[in-house]
Amino acid sequence: MNAVYGLTAIVLVCLATLGVGAFGLRLSRTTSDFYVAGRTVTPYRNASAIGGEYLSAASFLGISGLVYASGFDMLWFPVGYTVGYVVLLVLVAAPLRRSGAYTLPDFAEARLESTRIRLLSSLLVVGIGWLYLLPQLQGAGLALRVVTGAPTWVGSLLVVLVVIANVAAGGMRSITRVQALHDWLKLTAIAVPAFVLLGVWLGQGTPAPGVSSGVDLHWAQPLSGFGGRDHPVYATYSTILALVLGTMGLPHVLVRFYTNPDGRAARRTTLTVVALLGLFYLFPPVYGVLGRVYLPNLPEGLRSDSIVLALPAAVVPGTVGELLSAILAGGAFAAFLSTASGLTMSVAGVLDQDLLRGRLSRLTGEDSTVVQGFRIATVLAMLVPYAAARFVEPIGLATTVGLAFAVAGSTFCPLLVLGSWWRGLSTVGAAAGLVSGGFLAAGAVVITMLGRPIDGWLGALLAQPAAWTIPIAFAVTVIVSLATPGRIPRHTSRTMVRLHTPEDLQLERAPGHR
Amino acid sequence: MSPGRPAEPQDRPVRVRVTSSRRDAATRRDFRPLTREIDEQTDLGEVYMAGLMSAQLRLALRVLVFGAVGLGGLPLLFLLVPDTRTLGIGSLPFPWLVLGVLVYPVALLVARYYVRQSERIEREFSQVVARL
Repeated sequence: MNAVYGLTAIVLVCLATLGVGAFGLRLSRTTSDFYVAGRTVTPYRNASAIGGEYLSAASFLGISGLVYASGFDMLWFPVGYTVGYVVLLVLVAAPLRRSGAYTLPDFAEARLESTRIRLLSSLLVVGIGWLYLLPQLQGAGLALRVVTGAPTWVGSLLVVLVVIANVAAGGMRSITRVQALHDWLKLTAIAVPAFVLLGVWLGQGTPAPGVSSGVDLHWAQPLSGFGGRDHPVYATYSTILALVLGTMGLPHVLVRFYTNPDGRAARRTTLTVVALLGLFYLFPPVYGVLGRVYLPNLPEGLRSDSIVLALPAAVVPGTVGELLSAILAGGAFAAFLSTASGLTMSVAGVLDQDLLRGRLSRLTGEDSTVVQGFRIATVLAMLVPYAAARFVEPIGLATTVGLAFAVAGSTFCPLLVLGSWWRGLSTVGAAAGLVSGGFLAAGAVVITMLGRPIDGWLGALLAQPAAWTIPIAFAVTVIVSLATPGRIPRHTSRTMVRLHTPEDLQLERAPGHR
Repeated sequence: MSPGRPAEPQDRPVRVRVTSSRRDAATRRDFRPLTREIDEQTDLGEVYMAGLMSAQLRLALRVLVFGAVGLGGLPLLFLLVPDTRTLGIGSLPFPWLVLGVLVYPVALLVARYYVRQSERIEREFSQVVARL
């Protein structure tokens, strides 16, 4: 692969990110600007920003790699990522916006009227955020190594530095612009090469994988367990459940809903997001399929996650292939930067508000300003996953992201869904659900990521925990709530009015206001 | 007409004799807007809130059941009817066509249906609650 083209594309994406971010810097003045862009973002741009933030390394490189390596069943990943937004739309989009909260811990505290729940949610946001940042940084290392041969820590460090510069300098407003830009950058970068490669393939008349005999026949079929996966039916259902219910619990996704002016706009934004994601996800599987045609054996020193970057040179050798690879490398970096920015923004916000602010002001004798604290939190939010990316062996980008979805689905999904629709939710029940779901899912994640591979049912249950951890978390929340009716928050009725009534009605919405 | 001058006789309202056989009818009931019932969390207000929430929840569950049957049924179909795994439509394999392409427009249509229906529910609620 031609290092000059690829490096040029990556540098251009980084510079564009910093440039658009700096433009927002001049407009970003108040704390509200920092966190929610002053709530002046239109639904369409907001949707582009959500898309830009959501389409991560897992979407851009991971899905193609999974389809290439494990076949048809991996198509559930992009489907789950998209349908997750439909579930979010019908269950929580409008109530979340109407709750008026900035972050997940804000929502938890407002709904359950408890600062302990807030702290618990904060810890979970930071944990899920770090788990999700890890594959972004690993992906960046991988991509830069394919393009230039640089060791993996260089690519990760590049993303860390650009994101810190951007988030710490401009906060949410600059991020909104940057991410709307990234959304279109990524869509173009994945679509244009896909069309070219498809055209070449159709012109050559090479048969599709799986129509003739051989291993590919297995690869192209559902539930075949291709690639040595045990219990494909269970794994398929568990993956669907994790992705579909986990989306609403991702920390960086929810922060975007607060930049909508009202609940109705939040719904319309989500609708546009579903359209943008559906358009994008048509393309990653194309690379996986063409990979089976042109690179039936994975070249030496390459991971299946880099198949997207290696494919163009195999299909059209020469300058055209190198240019296409460069476009894809630029798009991949846009994916790392935007997702990492959004995650860092959320993690830093929570670190700053809930975990650092009190201690920091004690240390400095009330000298530090709010914005300074946020900047320190930003650096901290990036350093931990960077260190982890250096030491944890990558287990596949989309797989790691899938685990983050499983934890989010086992913790915040019950809290948000029951919190929005069930008046019987008690503080103790919500806490019990968060703790049990978080403990079980995080335990499964740690064993899967750090332990050796486990065979059979136990391995399948631990690698895809969502199918049992999410129902357990829901059940614990409901049963404990029913057992502690005395701990139902006092202002539940008033909160329900706020979460569900349209904004055009003049109603009392704040608890204890009368 | 300059200020200070008395009004011309024809500007004065025509005198009407008011008569009514229903002299015992109440002149005006004490009107309480429904927003106040909700604000004060009276039983009536709670009934309206419960109505709004259950209408929205029923809509959401309808969409979710549709999705669960449509999407969740696919692996079951592949499991129970193995022929569908290799079924081709034209030159394209059926499973790839459904999961690679068709899912997305259907998801978008379902989402649009939901947004329209939930906005209709809210509009009706606003009209009922804010009347008069």
